Amino acid sequence: MSKAAAKTKKTSAKTATRKVGPLMYGRDILVEALEREGVEVIFAYPGGASMEIHQSLTKSRIRTILPRHEQGGSFAAEGYARATGKAGVCMATSGPGATNLVTAIADAYMDSCPLVAITGQVNQSMIGRGAFQETDMIGVTLPIVKHSYLVTDINDLPRIVKEAFYIAQSGRPGPVVIDLPKNIQQARTQPVWLTHEEMRAGLPGYNPDIFADELALNEIIGLIAKAERPVLYCGGGIVTSGAAAELKKFAEATGIPVTTTLMGIGAFPENHELSLRWLGMHGAAFANWAVNGEYEHRKSFNDPQVKIKDGCDLLLALGVRFDDRVTGAFSEFAKGATIVHLDVDASELNKNKRAHLPVVGDVKDALTRLNKLLTKRPVGKKFGAWHAQIAEWKAKAPFAYVVTSEIANSDHVKDHMKGSEDEVILPQMVIEMLHELTKGEAYITTGVGQHQMWSGQWYPCKYPRQFITSGGLGSMGYGYPAALGVKVAHPDKQVVDIDGDGSFLMNIQELATANVEKIAAKAIILNNQHLGMVVQWEDNFYAGNRGHTYLGNPDDRAQVYPDYVRVCNSFNVPCERVMFKRDLKAALQRMLEAKTPYVLDVCTPYSEHVLPFIPAGRTVADMIWKY
Amino acid sequence: MRHTISVLVENKFGVLTRVAGLFSGRGYNIDTLNVGPTNDPKVSRMTIVTRGDDATVEQIVKQLNKLPNVLKVQDFRDGEYVDRELVLVKVSVDSRSRAEVMQITDIFRAKIVDVQPKSLTVEVTGSEDKVEKLLDLLKSFGILDVTRTGKIALPRK
Repeated sequence: MSKAAAKTKKTSAKTATRKVGPLMYGRDILVEALEREGVEVIFAYPGGASMEIHQSLTKSRIRTILPRHEQGGSFAAEGYARATGKAGVCMATSGPGATNLVTAIADAYMDSCPLVAITGQVNQSMIGRGAFQETDMIGVTLPIVKHSYLVTDINDLPRIVKEAFYIAQSGRPGPVVIDLPKNIQQARTQPVWLTHEEMRAGLPGYNPDIFADELALNEIIGLIAKAERPVLYCGGGIVTSGAAAELKKFAEATGIPVTTTLMGIGAFPENHELSLRWLGMHGAAFANWAVNGEYEHRKSFNDPQVKIKDGCDLLLALGVRFDDRVTGAFSEFAKGATIVHLDVDASELNKNKRAHLPVVGDVKDALTRLNKLLTKRPVGKKFGAWHAQIAEWKAKAPFAYVVTSEIANSDHVKDHMKGSEDEVILPQMVIEMLHELTKGEAYITTGVGQHQMWSGQWYPCKYPRQFITSGGLGSMGYGYPAALGVKVAHPDKQVVDIDGDGSFLMNIQELATANVEKIAAKAIILNNQHLGMVVQWEDNFYAGNRGHTYLGNPDDRAQVYPDYVRVCNSFNVPCERVMFKRDLKAALQRMLEAKTPYVLDVCTPYSEHVLPFIPAGRTVADMIWKY
Repeated sequence: MRHTISVLVENKFGVLTRVAGLFSGRGYNIDTLNVGPTNDPKVSRMTIVTRGDDATVEQIVKQLNKLPNVLKVQDFRDGEYVDRELVLVKVSVDSRSRAEVMQITDIFRAKIVDVQPKSLTVEVTGSEDKVEKLLDLLKSFGILDVTRTGKIALPRK
């Protein structure tokens, strides 16, 4: 349990190597500190307690992007971070500006995203007096940060910024908050710029460099040699640690099939023959069967589970956290398997699921060493029967969609499709066509809900960091601002936000940011006028009773509401509505070819459900996968 | 199960809240909590006594380890550590009962630190067992107030 030998007697860093700068204002010290960390862009919305810093930013080489809501700015910073692996930086003023960052901070915490959130704070002499726009941000964000700082002394500022970036980006990344009172922004001092070593010496309680035990790695090879039906279950940790190449080498050397979490999409090429795509509540049926075994579908949760085929006997869980959306009932997950769990964060081991072999360590380092061990000691197994079984499952239950009678009889078809009933567009078709037109090379961001799951299903990804979604927190409104951040990081790449009408509306003001800042991120709204995922649960568990899940105009249900074409045009962003299948391809092409932001409002029926579907807390035997 | 957790932390503001937050966020109550500096003024030791199932306490200990300002965490097992608690207890007395209370105090090697016409304040130091026993005996005289430092502990090795 003990940390790496805590040096209680810190030797003070050698002053000789320190660089002391000229007399500077706090605001300028902050901005120079950001420049020294290699920050290229900051998403920042000014206000009384942060305008000092904006004054400095006007003289900096850092690009300042003005979002139209602090939440949009902070999601954009997350998108930038997720696309690059470098810390995203956002800033807001005190009080409401700061609290508007809270959702993104929580999101970054859940999805292990390096985010540095800077908040202005009222003057130190005013703290605790209920000053105008005063909020205790350290207190508010305490349970959702990797670390946080209230700057109380201007001389600490260079060290705090350096530590913040180091903590945010190392080990298991996460959000760090720096709360900076205005009087410190206005004070002056000679900044002391620390070296990396000096900064680390001041953090005796933080050691992110953790490497797997050699014995455990040998044991893993031994377990593979004994296994008949192994599966690799890989998550965001592979992406974070940059281990995709090592994972591919390892999977190919051993012949072990790979399934990923939603966060791990792209960690292993989804067009690879060893890919099982992603697993869990709405993941591939064949991935869920490969991990848990195939069962007869039971009608009631109280019926016994009748197994048809065995699932894996060895589960190699790398950089994952056994999230409930992956496992369903923890006790039933991968029941027949020996579980190896490798993660850089010791607190993930044995948290949700007890592992037979828990290993703490960086996953890239571990995979590199495992690959070395394999060259010395090849496993020499082909797992032929297992691959045949998986091929059978893949053939039996691929991702699929059909125009059901429910859709044919839906309001959508009746209101809009008269005479062209065959032209109805299902959401899955749109994503499938986008995949085809972009050759699977686009960066995809999403909102949260049905469209998010379909994006994962119908846009197979080849590269890590290609699929950027709010996985853990499930923050609606994430998609478009995140796409802006991705596009800023990769201006030459095609970046498309696949969104729902509910999610898109939550940060629609960022169209102004896109237009003014000339960030050509595209958006497809899969517009079904409903909160689709909640509707799906209503259909399954509440007899279809609608509990405020209709987002259209109740006085005129045939109207598509709001009119996104008019909304987007008012932001100077081109937008077209697509109602019929025959128009879809050309519209998608126009969107993809545009050099500006561009929105497609694609109208789809709301009666479509995301399948497969394992109800929350249930098992693979309860999986609905046939239309 | 009851756990005695010792946490060495950097002596910086906000550390106590971060540590306590890991318990409250999981709906766990802290029975006792003691904080004070160690031989190094930059380092403080917190001794926390909490109740919880082993898996949850294991999770809290791991989360404590993740806090950058936490230097070391130990979840003590029986016999691995020595512990003491200091308690001040104000007992209601009259001329008849005063002598008896003083006698009990003596047996427990406790001290009378304040005498008032109708009360005595007793200081007792010791293991949890001893403290509980004394409090139990004094109950019949009428305890007016109690303040406890909470358990403090050091590993034997």
